[in-house]
Amino acid sequence: MAYLKIDNLRKNFGGVVAVDDVSFTVEKGTLVGIIGPNGSGKTTTVNLLTGFLKPSSGSIFFDGKEITGMKASHITNLGVGRTFQMVKPFYRLPAFRNLVVPLFSPRVKKMGGHYGEKDSVALDILEDIGFERDSAVPFKVASILPHGYLKRLEMGRVIALQSELIVFDELYSGLTLAEVASLSPMIEKLVDEGKTIIMVEHRLKELFKIANKVIVLDQGKKIAEGEPKNIMKDPEVKKAYLGVELKQ
Amino acid sequence: MSSERRKERIDRCIKAVTDDIFCVCSLREIAYLVVPRMLPIVGVLLLAFFVPPYWKKVLVITFMMTMMALSWDFMTSCGLISLGQALFFAMGGYSAGSLNHYLGLPFYLSIPLGTLMGATISTLLIFPALRLRGIYFSMVTLIIPLMLLRVVEVTKIMGGTEGLTALAPLPPIAYTLAISMAAMWLTFFGLRRFINSDYGLIFMALKDNDRAVEAAGLNIVWFKVQAVFIGSGICAFCGAFMTHYYMSVGMSAFALDLSLFPIASSVVGGMGTIAGPLLGSLLLGPLSEALRSFGTFRIVIYAALLAGFTTALPEGIFHYLARKYHQIERWVEVPSGVSED
Repeated sequence: MAYLKIDNLRKNFGGVVAVDDVSFTVEKGTLVGIIGPNGSGKTTTVNLLTGFLKPSSGSIFFDGKEITGMKASHITNLGVGRTFQMVKPFYRLPAFRNLVVPLFSPRVKKMGGHYGEKDSVALDILEDIGFERDSAVPFKVASILPHGYLKRLEMGRVIALQSELIVFDELYSGLTLAEVASLSPMIEKLVDEGKTIIMVEHRLKELFKIANKVIVLDQGKKIAEGEPKNIMKDPEVKKAYLGVELKQ
Repeated sequence: MSSERRKERIDRCIKAVTDDIFCVCSLREIAYLVVPRMLPIVGVLLLAFFVPPYWKKVLVITFMMTMMALSWDFMTSCGLISLGQALFFAMGGYSAGSLNHYLGLPFYLSIPLGTLMGATISTLLIFPALRLRGIYFSMVTLIIPLMLLRVVEVTKIMGGTEGLTALAPLPPIAYTLAISMAAMWLTFFGLRRFINSDYGLIFMALKDNDRAVEAAGLNIVWFKVQAVFIGSGICAFCGAFMTHYYMSVGMSAFALDLSLFPIASSVVGGMGTIAGPLLGSLLLGPLSEALRSFGTFRIVIYAALLAGFTTALPEGIFHYLARKYHQIERWVEVPSGVSED
């Protein structure tokens, strides 16, 4: 059985169908991209998968266990970590203290693996994701950190949680090319460690470099699935992105 | 090229890098740190010794109101903006009152038990609203005490409009004053320590972003329950204490004033600091008593003061004083057209 299996997932808000009968599977240790034009239901899919929204129908299996309709915190503790498109740091807390909060989760208690004071564990994680320990950056209040650091802080949370399946919701949005270039190796490193990753992304070029498989959504429906190098040749995908079918 | 002036603020160099370690090198620096912390403690203590008997009674009430303000500020720091501290107060008051009235428990049992009972009942009453955020949560907390007030009036439970009277009195004023002061400082330092602990971080985080707390694998409802229990427990203690202080508990325990005073003192003192509400209510408590001789006109003076504070000093007294104390301010010339950063 696939590591993550999504079956006929559907979500409607009143009369609007945001996710319409989407099914796909993700194998362990792979990096899967989800792309699609604005409003195609990518973030809604992520929210359904991570428990932030309850699906109208359909089912989600993670690691052989049904997680459909579970609470977000519960799903997180099973090993599905996520980041938010709109960064959600704890603005009043210094950067390193932002990571102390996930260290209290039942998952971290169960998994162990972090040793020492929570503060120093948090600083270790931050160092791994580019917050220099010897600089003042980890000690700065999150509200004054630049956007790029806040995105990394989001990443820090899933690393602290030791999530097995990580869902990055538009991690690259709003970042400069240089920042993307520094984040990509970190993601590849996570894959090397055996983590499974789903990336919802608009930055196709950067995504296609690292993805094993790409799923294309349009208006809530899955219109294509395949290897990154072939996916953009699909006529449906071209139509979704460009509005018209191109003549060859 | 013309130039303009702007205020430059520089931190006084005394703090080390982290919040936990202070590099204290001289008596002067020790004094710098200790004096502002000792000042209110010593000041309140001296006040309690030297004011005339009537004002001692006022002080007891002030201390209790201060605890209500601390509780409000704590709950607000956790993102739970309550407009109904009176509910918690009344639950504590009625619990202690009925324990004493129906079961005949002495005050030293009915106050702690009443506190626990009051906090539990309050938490259960607020529980359905915990899934709500912001203004929706506030509205529910505002409505529940008003609703219960009418329930008590119509069903005549707990003594109805008369309330429960002839309850056991507290010991003489000197002891009462000592107990209330101790309770206030205990709450104050307890909350500060709690909020700055690692565990307290989760509660701060709840206000900043409860979805991110959820994404961190923590059950936010459970943490909100804890926050409400702590907050309502403090108010319930005040209710239980005041019930025995007045030797009666009635519908006035649901009064809107009890919900508004904590908010007013937090606004005047500075929200989100724990020390601010303390300062605010230690000022406003005696002040509203002093204005009593103006009769109903005191509301006008009180309201004008509040309006003045919120417009002229929205950050609150504590933030203002802390800034003046910790920073050196000076005017510097900057060439016009150059932005500050």
